[in-house]
Amino acid sequence: MFKLIKDTLLSQAVTLWGVFRKLFVKADTVQYPDEPPYMFPRWRGRIILSRDPDGEERCVACNLCAVACPVDCIALQKTETEDGRWYPEFFRINFSRCIMCGFCEEACPTNAIQLTPDFEMAEYERQDMVWEKEDLLIDGVGKYHDYNFYRVAGKQVAGKDKGEALNEAQPVDVRSLLP
Amino acid sequence: MTDNAKVQITIDGVTYEVNAGSNLLQECLSLGLDLPYFCWHPCMGSVGACRQCAVKQYRNDEDNAGIMTMACMTPVQPGARISIEDPQAKAFRAGVIESLMISHPHDCPVCEEGGECHLQDMTLMSGHNYRRYDKKKVTHRNQYLGPFINHEMNRCITCYRCVRFYNEYAGGEDLSAQASHHFTYFGRHREGTLESEFSGNLVEVCPTGVFTDKVFSESYTRKWDLQTAPSVCAGCGVGCNIAPGERYGELRRVVNRYHDELNGYFICDRGRFGTGYVNDAERLKTPLDGAGNELDADAAGQQLREIAGSAGGTIGSARGTIGIGSPRAGNEANFALRKLVGEENFHTGYSDSEHACMQLIAEAAGDPQFHNPSIREIEQADAVLVLGEDVTNTAPRIALALRQSVRNKALELADGANIPRWQDAAVRELAQQERSPLCILSSGATRLDDVASDRVIDTPSALARNAFELAHRIDSDAPSAEGGSSAEDDIDPLARIADHLLAASRPLIVAGASSGDVDLIKAAINIAGALRKRRGNGASAPVDLCLLTTEVNSMGLHLMTRPKNSLGEALRKLSAGEAANVIVLENDLYRRAPHAQVDAALAAAKASVALDLLPNRTTAKADLVLPVTAFSEQQTSYVNYEGRAQLAYQVHRNHSAARPAWQWTGDFEHFRQALLEGADSIPVFAKLRDVLPDTSSLPGGIKVPRQSERYSGRTAMKANLNVHEPKQAQDPESALAFSMEGVPPLRDATILASTWAPQWNSNQSISKFQDEINGPLRQGHGGTLLLEKRTESGGFFPPPVNGDGAGLELLPAHQIFGSEELSSRSEAIRKRMTGAFVAVAPADAVKHGLKQGQGVRLSVAGDAGGVSVTALTCIRTQTSPGAVALHVGDREIDFHGLGARVELTPAETPHGRGLGELIVSDLAREQGDV
Repeated sequence: MFKLIKDTLLSQAVTLWGVFRKLFVKADTVQYPDEPPYMFPRWRGRIILSRDPDGEERCVACNLCAVACPVDCIALQKTETEDGRWYPEFFRINFSRCIMCGFCEEACPTNAIQLTPDFEMAEYERQDMVWEKEDLLIDGVGKYHDYNFYRVAGKQVAGKDKGEALNEAQPVDVRSLLP
Repeated sequence: MTDNAKVQITIDGVTYEVNAGSNLLQECLSLGLDLPYFCWHPCMGSVGACRQCAVKQYRNDEDNAGIMTMACMTPVQPGARISIEDPQAKAFRAGVIESLMISHPHDCPVCEEGGECHLQDMTLMSGHNYRRYDKKKVTHRNQYLGPFINHEMNRCITCYRCVRFYNEYAGGEDLSAQASHHFTYFGRHREGTLESEFSGNLVEVCPTGVFTDKVFSESYTRKWDLQTAPSVCAGCGVGCNIAPGERYGELRRVVNRYHDELNGYFICDRGRFGTGYVNDAERLKTPLDGAGNELDADAAGQQLREIAGSAGGTIGSARGTIGIGSPRAGNEANFALRKLVGEENFHTGYSDSEHACMQLIAEAAGDPQFHNPSIREIEQADAVLVLGEDVTNTAPRIALALRQSVRNKALELADGANIPRWQDAAVRELAQQERSPLCILSSGATRLDDVASDRVIDTPSALARNAFELAHRIDSDAPSAEGGSSAEDDIDPLARIADHLLAASRPLIVAGASSGDVDLIKAAINIAGALRKRRGNGASAPVDLCLLTTEVNSMGLHLMTRPKNSLGEALRKLSAGEAANVIVLENDLYRRAPHAQVDAALAAAKASVALDLLPNRTTAKADLVLPVTAFSEQQTSYVNYEGRAQLAYQVHRNHSAARPAWQWTGDFEHFRQALLEGADSIPVFAKLRDVLPDTSSLPGGIKVPRQSERYSGRTAMKANLNVHEPKQAQDPESALAFSMEGVPPLRDATILASTWAPQWNSNQSISKFQDEINGPLRQGHGGTLLLEKRTESGGFFPPPVNGDGAGLELLPAHQIFGSEELSSRSEAIRKRMTGAFVAVAPADAVKHGLKQGQGVRLSVAGDAGGVSVTALTCIRTQTSPGAVALHVGDREIDFHGLGARVELTPAETPHGRGLGELIVSDLAREQGDV
């Protein structure tokens, strides 16, 4: 008899006591969407394409994000400006396939593609989850403030002649005989 | 050192059997071992420039210290013991790659080579990760190198492969190494188009991204994203193997596909850059009626059947339908049309002069006295005679092989001096200007003149007489030609050429159908026959006689057509009302016959049907136009100049109403049936079935993927159209799949499209698929030699009758960029084309009052009311007086209407392209002569 009381009634009393105690604790529940939750900066949410500090598109259409993508939901096509700068002619992410794994961001050699702490991407139509470059490209540098790929790369573009990139000597004069 | 002796060597404790006389690097790669290298190339031997292939070599079993040695420069010695994995050797290689990378720019994401870069692979393989050197990088200015090649000199690691290929292998003169030490620069003496017809190979030869494909870069795609299938180049009659790549429905690029007997590692620029027409906006997409209205595909097919309804009706009853085949369409398309209209109504689609040449070429191909050499065999010839053919412009890859044949003298000298043949620099140093004889009989300059030992320039008729006389000099049984060598008095070149050919151990005679001159082909057969006779019928092998066909399937078309069924005969039947209808398969008749004849025939025809992929003058006149697929959009087989049938797989799909021609004209359900139709009904094609791949290694319907394991964007490519992905396209017609799934090539698939092996992303991975370096592919190449030798050999041809006449003798001047119909519609090729021009000797130009670059009117000699055409004058000192060569590439020129002899009068300069794109240095050199 004593064993029965101990096994059932006591357990229930403890549970009730626990619930009763919580009546005086501040609630964890957030009144979303009236009250936005705090998102950590490294949260892997909506993907954006950023611009370099000079305001040019960072993406050079190297295709590394697309090949890293485990669900193959990125498709793009390289094209080139007059002065030789590579950029994507189109850049498409099928967010209905995206698993927000962040591999694309890891693969990106120019810090162009970044995942942001935004998750509010629900749509009524699945077709609306296909985002083009216009939808992805933002006007800022995103998480990486200073990096400008073309300042490091050897390829010549407008505003950066040969020899003007990071750690570059002036172009060689092949007709010179000096050592 | 071509002996096949095997010796045993030990590599890292494992004993292997390798080829004696070879070098360690080549044998390590043959064995499938991963040893990094840059400057060595399987086709160009070793120079020891890059120091990347260092290995440890031990003196004997007791030696533990060993010495560091460059594998590519070290001959294989019996019992040698080496180590690739030795820590010191690895550290050495890591040090070498680190210093090579010191000035390499941070370019990979914006470099066209990225992802298929030998430098990337080797850097990874050698274990170099971070640049420790903190000083500045050396930079260079780039050059404009023409419409084909991009230059990004910063990326260079000075392996010297580019100049070794371009200058030493391909005979180019306008690319050189400049400056010295770490300032070394590879470029032209000044900006300008790279002149060599093989410049595109720099893209594949360069281990990094200094030379990249400019045309491909415009719509760039990484290698792993290209849907690729094995194909055959449709640019000329050689049938080089290529691997075209597709992305987003467009044909993006063409790269070489290794074939041990044909193209090896190299293709020409026509093949590489001449496929832009596949993406042309003008492509025919729907069936059209005579008024240009679009038709429903089923209705059009029905109409075709109604028109052909009287097919098989006897000729003469005015009910028959004539079928005109096409040398640029595959066998199956021609089989289907031949079946539809009946064998007696099926005609060849090339010009009548070529028709006559093809009869002789096929005849000679079956003659047991002669052997039709593959490109590899052409490279082994130690004396060559080229008769009237500008090979670089008609069958470019063969010209590259002829260039290698003159090196046999050097190799012989090297053997004598006990220098291994792969010691490239040493062999070249030893030989200097010593070359095997290459004798050229032509009516004008050819692009092989710089390596020719003997040149005879004369008018076409005199050339033929000279050639007949040459046969007579070699063997007196061959008939002599009167006045054969009367032109030459001082030192008789014919005697020298005869001596060269007789002294050679493997002489080769080259002629072809491009000139349309039957006498030259007869003469070539006589010369080869005379040589065979002098060499004795007993033990000696047949004489190499290479008779070139002009288009990708000229030989196939010839083999399935009755000898008398020429194009001229077809046009005559139509004009005379002996046949009512005509079906023209992938052919612009205006390029093949006098315009007046074509006009008359098409006007007389009750109904005319044209099947083609691009609009042309024939489709413009047709009552029914049916769109067909391009070479990369269909599976088909072609027969090349040697009679080798090869299967070209479909690379990508055509989403318009265009179909393979055999689907329009035939009642076959599957490709296989269309192919077997010919194989079963035409005896000579019996072996064609062998080109179909062996699917026994593909059990349970498993296929070989066209897409790489890394193919990207699968769920996003078409998501803008519909987010619900369509079912993967099926391909019931071949052993390939339009997907990433199936047996990858490394796992013994019978078909090899794009080469890739772990750690080997570049085209250098080909060594992983070869039996041994430069050996056959493990996959097999699928080519089948169709032609069989007869038992009895032919006799000698009588020389031509001396047919002098008024005016100048006319011959075609072929251009690699512009003479082939389809490639000349490609944007990249158009940038290298000239206007229609007439090459004239300076004396004739003075006589007729012509000036360089000015207009000239050609008219039929002795017929004032006849055809006349206008072209640009191009005065060339190397042109024979009395002959003019007309560049026939331009589509408006009625070449066949002009006849054999023409008169020249000055005319107004035609608008359009000038002569600017002619090979500049040739002209400049000749200007110097004047």
